[in-house]
Amino acid sequence: MNMLKVENIHKIYGKTKVLAGVSFTMEKGETKVIIGPSGTGKSTLLRCINQLSPPDKGRVWLEGIEVTDKKTDINLIRQKIGFVFQEFNLFNHLTAVKNVSIALEKVKKMEKEEAHKEAMNELKRVGLKDQADQYPSQLSGGQKQRVGIARALAMNPVIILFDEPTSALDPELIGDVLEVMKSLAGEISMLVVTHEMGFARNVADEIIFMEHGVIAECGNPDKMFKNPEKKRTKEFLGKISSLYGEE
Amino acid sequence: MVKNNGGIKKLSDFIGFFIESLPKLLDGLYLTILLTFISLALGLILGLLLALGRVYGKTIISGICAGYIEIIRGTPLLVQLFIIYFGFPQAGISLEPLTAALIGLSLNSGAYQAEYLRGSIQSIESGQMVAARSLGMTKIKAIRNIILPQALRISIPAWSNELIYLVKYTSIAYIIQVRELTAEGKFIAAHSFRYIEIFAIIAIIYLVLTFIFTEIIDRVEKKLSIPGIGTIKRLEQRFI
Ligand SMILES: Nc1ncnc2c1ncn2[C@@H]1O[C@H](COP(=O)(O)OP(=O)(O)O)[C@@H](O)[C@H]1O
Ligand SMILES: [Mg+2]
Repeated sequence: MNMLKVENIHKIYGKTKVLAGVSFTMEKGETKVIIGPSGTGKSTLLRCINQLSPPDKGRVWLEGIEVTDKKTDINLIRQKIGFVFQEFNLFNHLTAVKNVSIALEKVKKMEKEEAHKEAMNELKRVGLKDQADQYPSQLSGGQKQRVGIARALAMNPVIILFDEPTSALDPELIGDVLEVMKSLAGEISMLVVTHEMGFARNVADEIIFMEHGVIAECGNPDKMFKNPEKKRTKEFLGKISSLYGEE
Repeated sequence: MVKNNGGIKKLSDFIGFFIESLPKLLDGLYLTILLTFISLALGLILGLLLALGRVYGKTIISGICAGYIEIIRGTPLLVQLFIIYFGFPQAGISLEPLTAALIGLSLNSGAYQAEYLRGSIQSIESGQMVAARSLGMTKIKAIRNIILPQALRISIPAWSNELIYLVKYTSIAYIIQVRELTAEGKFIAAHSFRYIEIFAIIAIIYLVLTFIFTEIIDRVEKKLSIPGIGTIKRLEQRFI
């Protein structure tokens, strides 16, 4: 049984076919990176996995439970699928530690103190112990994103989906976020949409290249960077690497 | 000397008149404050439901809420009061003047409050709702724990505005025989013929009331303020 199984996902917005049959699987502790041109459906694919945008066709399983089944309690499943957003999406009225603990209290029904303790542990893990009582508006972009990661981690998910977690950050703040993500590799499964080629090359077990709503090619970083099967993969990786560098 | 004596006489006369009128004015003031706060509170509850219905309701619910808001905002408060006070008895529901005024003002205030609450709700980036859902919160939990605490804070200045309107608009209740402050004033004036004095006193009472209320809400706003959560000041034009 795969930890995550995504099968033949289709998604149409109006007349645009955004996803046209995407399938892949992931195992416990794996890190996979999705790359591809903008508008190709990468974000849509992540949102199809946790049903924030339910797919029009296709199925998703998490630990053997069909996520796409209408009878599945989606709010239960979502607790096991962390999501980290490009724009952070922190709760602006809550301090960093409350951002992390609120779902523990309200969803997991933990006691206030226990939730707080747990949230502090997660903030320590992402290096933000000292910022616990600050509001999002008082944090830098990199700190906000690390709170976003702590918030996802606190739910003790089996997988975290990252949607371009460093794209909205100033270059000098990207490093801290990537460090945190690297430290999670192996401990928790990660599916990461990113243009950070250094991360893809050094951390990913597999790179998935998406284009026009399908997986054009996938493979381990070595293969993808050194001898991809498709000319298009080589072109895209070359372009991205020169744009974003390799660390 | 003679002039001065006249001045003192006038002043003591005025004070005497004021003291004489005070019990009635206090009765009126009590009703004015009662009308203001009950309408504000019931209007807030109604306004919240309407705003949530408009923003999160399916087409039908959203449409009903929008329709209600438009009808109330598009018709005079006075007409609404007349319908409730004179119209309802024809349908077999007769109401005390005070009850009719409370219902009318609450229904009216609810529509106005709904509009600025909706504005506040919609000013919160949709990403926060998405993030809340991604953590396994139901829509209702997300609204209660994430959206409303922010929307209500953002709404405080508009709410303060509504309170000040309401303080004064409660005076319209005198038309359906509620003896609130203005009605008491009119009553006293009709018996004493001292129109200028009594309405000057009443104007000052309204001024003091609105001043106190604004101060209180300003303090509440400061106390509840959170860095980075902006407030939208929206002065809506209201017509009777
Ligand atoms: N909620 C939506 N409604 C309509 N179109 C959408 C929506 N979300 C995404 N799209 C469209 O789907 C396509 C793929 O978007 P997206 O998944 O964000 O791509 P990527 O993340 O690869 O850049 C885009 O053309 C986008 O305009
Ligand atoms: Mg995207």
